[in-house]
Amino acid sequence: MLKFILKRLGLALLVALTVSFISFTLLFLSGDPAASLAGESATDQDVAAIRELYGFDRPMLVQYSSWLMDALRGDFGESYYFKLPVASLLAERLQVTMLLGLCGISFALLTAVPLGVLAAIRPNSIIDRFALFLSVAGQALPSFWFGLILIVAFSIKLQWLPASGTATWKHFIMPTVVLGYYAMPAIMRLTRGGMLEVLSSDYIRTARAKGASEGRVMFKHALRNAIIPVVSLAAVQMGFMLGGSIVVESIFALHGAGYLAWESISRNDLPTVQALILVFSMFYIVFTFLADVLNAWLDPRMRTG
Amino acid sequence: MTDKPILTVENLTIDIPTGTGTLHAVRGIGFDLKPGETLGIVGESGSGKSLTSLALMGLLGRSIKTRATTMEFDGVDLLSASARAMRKLRGARMAMIFQEPMTSLNPAYTIGDQLMEAMTLHGNASKADARKRAIDLLQKVGITSAESRMTQYPHQLSGGLRQRVMIAMALMCGPDLIIADEPTTALDVTIQAQILRLLVDLQKEFGMAMILITHDLGVVARVADKVAVMYAGELVETGPTQAIFDAPSHPYTRGLLRCIPLPGKTERGTELGTIPGIVPSLVGDVSGCAFRTRCAHATPACRDAIPVHTAPGVRHSFRCISPTGFAEADDTPQSVEASV
Repeated sequence: MLKFILKRLGLALLVALTVSFISFTLLFLSGDPAASLAGESATDQDVAAIRELYGFDRPMLVQYSSWLMDALRGDFGESYYFKLPVASLLAERLQVTMLLGLCGISFALLTAVPLGVLAAIRPNSIIDRFALFLSVAGQALPSFWFGLILIVAFSIKLQWLPASGTATWKHFIMPTVVLGYYAMPAIMRLTRGGMLEVLSSDYIRTARAKGASEGRVMFKHALRNAIIPVVSLAAVQMGFMLGGSIVVESIFALHGAGYLAWESISRNDLPTVQALILVFSMFYIVFTFLADVLNAWLDPRMRTG
Repeated sequence: MTDKPILTVENLTIDIPTGTGTLHAVRGIGFDLKPGETLGIVGESGSGKSLTSLALMGLLGRSIKTRATTMEFDGVDLLSASARAMRKLRGARMAMIFQEPMTSLNPAYTIGDQLMEAMTLHGNASKADARKRAIDLLQKVGITSAESRMTQYPHQLSGGLRQRVMIAMALMCGPDLIIADEPTTALDVTIQAQILRLLVDLQKEFGMAMILITHDLGVVARVADKVAVMYAGELVETGPTQAIFDAPSHPYTRGLLRCIPLPGKTERGTELGTIPGIVPSLVGDVSGCAFRTRCAHATPACRDAIPVHTAPGVRHSFRCISPTGFAEADDTPQSVEASV
């Protein structure tokens, strides 16, 4: 197991390095940063001065390695727009996003997994139909529309929940539901499918033949095997939530990292965008790594990988 | 060996609802089994032998309808018993060994965990006792270095080893009845004989009753005290093993016997037989003799209800219109009439 973890860790580091290089170079393909920094009315001389000031005239590999060295020390440079260190900007915005992402994925897992299990225990029952309806609706509703409907219902009509901001836990209820509901359908259908497959397998019959109770059969013998693909999916969705909750953050005016990404891209704030891409990719890498470790713990056959 | 049967089945019927009608998978079969006795249930795929064993264990799906005039295990009515009562029997007093050792063990738990679970979940053994028993039984089923096998996972074991583990698991609680559903079919030929011998030895040692389900008459001849031959959900012939092999009376039983070489009976160089045709569909109304479409002696009368005859002396009975069975020489399969 330890050997497996170290191997995966090494692999994850290599992926992280590659991703950092690609994200750094990609941004240089999207136009001359010096020209856009200088503004529309700048002369060639101004652009050249800015190019020299920010070091854009150096070879790209040199720029990359100095950026990476700084990044490893937690120094992502200064935001062009906010005139603040990118690191402190990120730290502040990530708090909101991480809290929202954790709430969202927890909400999704806590609703989707039990529903998927119930649906698999009684396929084609009322519970199964209800779960199918929920997941089809969840897949079809755009987040921004669902978010607005919730605001109309709970903030404007009923006045139970605040519509925007991050001041109290109440502010996080609706964003959590919207974000979690987006991830729920896939998790639920995968849980249901996995459980159905596992429940018809021979070792479940063996467990019943031993005299195991239905609860024991479901949770000890079936769920552990059925949940493995769900873990991988949830990891990817978690990464997605931390990086891609731009829509939800905008609707509920939560100033998180997703919102920051949108602001920085539209303002050509190069250091911030680079740092965000790096951080978002790291989330994916960390969560996939954790999912691999969790799956190896669940299924001994994976430990040799 | 007492005379009181531990298992009595009378008139067992299993119906499976399907999209096109009810599948009458098992129709009115019956047998009994005394402690220490071995019953061989023989038949081809789809004859209902596995369904019968799953019905005894109470492991059939909710949608499948099981009826019987009697289905009793040691005084417990298996049909009316509560789910809880059945759970107490399963694994503890009646255990089952399945056909597929490769997939019958849970890939996520160690051999030891799964063996011990069979004992601890019945609530009367400590973990230490269960562990000791598991190691003992692993040694008994011929697994070397049993202690280290306990911490291994199923995927680290070969098919033969896994079937030995399955046998050990079935024995954990010292059951009175063991049902082995084609326990050797999925194994290499060289391993098959070992596993069979092991089963028989353990059965003798523990004095269990055993139902051995197989399509292999050779296996039955070696280990069973009595035989039940199933065809298309019916019991076509039943009796003591010796009587069945000496005087097979139903054309189907004789057909099966012609398919295998028998020491002392089959001459070297003669071709082994086959039974032409396929098993009929059992969906919808089924009446008359199910074997008539493949039988050399079929007459229009076979479409009516078929009486059960009992051979004189021994408890040997068969289901055919001919009260004596037909002369063996007439069994030539070519004469099957398409009109029947």
